[in-house]
Amino acid sequence: MKKAIALILALVMCFALAACGSENKSNDPSMKVGFIFLHDENSTYDLNFINAAKAACNELGVEYVLRTNIPEGQECYNAAAELVDDGCTVIFADSFGHEDYMIQAAKEFPKVQFCHATGTKAHTEKLANYHNAFASIYEGRYLAGIAAGMKLNEMIDAGQFTADEAKMGYVGAFTYAEVISGYTSFFLGARSVCPTVTMEVTFTGSWYDETAEKEGATKLIQNGCKLISQHADSMGAPTACETAGIPNISYNGSTQKACPNTFIVSSRIDWTPYFKFAIQAAQKGEDIPYDWTGTLATGSVVLTDVNEPAAAPGTVEALADARAALEAGTLHVFDINTFTVGGEALSSYLADIDTDPAYTPDTEVIADGYFHESEFRSAPAFDVQIDGISLLDTAF
Amino acid sequence: MNNHNGPLFHISKRKNLLWYQAWAIRGAAILLALIACAAITTLLTGENPLNVYATIFRGAFGTTRKIWILLQNMSILLCISLAVTPAFRMRFWNIGAEGQVLVGGLATAACMICLGGRLPNWALILLMIVCSLLAGAVWGLIPAFFKAKWNTNETLFTLMMNYVATQLVAYFVIIWEVPKGAGKIGIINQNSMAGWLPQIGGQKYLLNVLVVAVITVLVYIYLNYTKHGYEISVVGESERTARYVGIKVGKVILRTMALSGALCGLAGLLLVGGTDHTVTTTIAGGRGFTAVMVSWLAKFDPLVMIFTTFLLVFLDRGAGEISTVFGFNQSFADILTGVILFFIIGSEFFIRYRLSFRKIAKKED
Repeated sequence: MKKAIALILALVMCFALAACGSENKSNDPSMKVGFIFLHDENSTYDLNFINAAKAACNELGVEYVLRTNIPEGQECYNAAAELVDDGCTVIFADSFGHEDYMIQAAKEFPKVQFCHATGTKAHTEKLANYHNAFASIYEGRYLAGIAAGMKLNEMIDAGQFTADEAKMGYVGAFTYAEVISGYTSFFLGARSVCPTVTMEVTFTGSWYDETAEKEGATKLIQNGCKLISQHADSMGAPTACETAGIPNISYNGSTQKACPNTFIVSSRIDWTPYFKFAIQAAQKGEDIPYDWTGTLATGSVVLTDVNEPAAAPGTVEALADARAALEAGTLHVFDINTFTVGGEALSSYLADIDTDPAYTPDTEVIADGYFHESEFRSAPAFDVQIDGISLLDTAF
Repeated sequence: MNNHNGPLFHISKRKNLLWYQAWAIRGAAILLALIACAAITTLLTGENPLNVYATIFRGAFGTTRKIWILLQNMSILLCISLAVTPAFRMRFWNIGAEGQVLVGGLATAACMICLGGRLPNWALILLMIVCSLLAGAVWGLIPAFFKAKWNTNETLFTLMMNYVATQLVAYFVIIWEVPKGAGKIGIINQNSMAGWLPQIGGQKYLLNVLVVAVITVLVYIYLNYTKHGYEISVVGESERTARYVGIKVGKVILRTMALSGALCGLAGLLLVGGTDHTVTTTIAGGRGFTAVMVSWLAKFDPLVMIFTTFLLVFLDRGAGEISTVFGFNQSFADILTGVILFFIIGSEFFIRYRLSFRKIAKKED
């Protein structure tokens, strides 16, 4: 018995000693940045954030703490508060459902900057230390759509199916503006080169559900879709495409390694520019705007390398041309001359920019012949159902 | 006696061990578990296992806030564990706690969303309490009714009620989602704080801790010193005996499951009204199932459950810290937790049984 006690005491002492060990050192000891992620690196969405977080912090030489697998509940507030205790002066969160808990923490810790990706409430909450950010990813989706349309054209020319059979499938998470904006811009990109294309969309009701995404993609393929894209964060849809030999336009990053035969290109948001911008602003004590929208020009909207064996010839050049036109402002993704709603052109639209439980439309977003996406707030607001796209289910 | 051709070892039931002997075995199990974890850590990651252990401790106790979070997580898990215990003592395997917590939380959220700002806050909170307890009780009563009436299998029934509850919450999340299509409700009444349970002394989690502390004592008294508690034990030992001595078994089953469900509903209330202020399909976070383990490990004793709850929450919080500090995947922390639990549960075997080896027997000859 005595020996056992002695052993336990020795063990406790070891703990105590180990607890005194030093932490990682960095170039700028005055700065520590915290990150809150919904999942870990197994989710393509979170991996994209994690890579950007590491890149930005390493580039600026600041210390950082990554908190993974933080649910969208009180745990997020707890994690944020713990990061403040830990000495972080800028804290980022990556998931839409984190927003309210970040606001709660922002109210409690006014000296710490809270930056939330994909949220919508900063411009109405008007807290000096709470900020939203997003990117004009609809432009990236549009470019990816062009690659999709060219692939369809190639398959039509090869006689695999007729122009009227050119149907794409899209696996979405929720019937939320961010998803609607994403699939519509993708569709418009494809239709700009393949005029007969149509699209079917299915929703999984989750941002990350590998089984549901795989089943969704398989269902679309069985429905006769010739090409699949997705807005959900697992490898479900890409792997279903690889198994079925159906071309896939991915999201959040390249899935070429797992899907060498079917991966064509992927659009994604590179969060590094925003992370750097916000951290540097905090370092200098400068204001961070309520809304920050990254663009092609800021390097926030990026396309991965085109998988040339799978893509149609000439894709790289076509994407470069379209990109230049988007950046020059001569091409607008949501040009009202390129789509109709219920057979008619959309000449006026009130969007729900200021989030409220009644979804009250509050802001006119159509001017100069196009829908001004991500201009009145950083998060997408395009939630119009346009002709040519059919939704298989809208339960979510 | 010549044991040369006997088995290498044989297992025999122990006489009752003295309490300190039993705890010595448990202590040894934890020690062995730590050594096993150390070996796994070093082999798989090359990290110093002592650093890993220190990190686990820091994750649970590192700051005042971490201690509060530990206490908060403990109180919710303990509340659910207390809830399932009366049913377990009755040998009624209620594994539907997850669903009972969810409907309790859903009822709370419904009151907050539909009546927030329309009722004075005290009335709203009173209504939330009544609705959440009632919702949980009904969710527990449904399988209990079928068990009492037609002797259906309660394990399957309560399990399936979980899925019904999850879908019910999913349905209402879509109805109440903000903004449209987002699939989440977000914090309810964030600015008006209508229906938020009051904070005591500026501490977010103190109320939950106090409520559950009181419930622990009450459940302990209820199970050990009341007629109801006695009836539960008798039904658990043998339904026939219970019938013979004039206990109405069906009534006891219904009454106990209503209590079990109501306590789960209370956990839902504390989660939705007290801390998270939202409802999601995952708000119970598997605690309805973890509670089964907590209750079993404590042999259905509410006071011992405080320790088993502590153990599980401690490991969970520590595990989270490991993944942050060392950049390991959450799965690694789960592996360590699994190893430790394996040893602890395994130690109960050695408390009840003795292993006798052939060689030892020979020496004694």
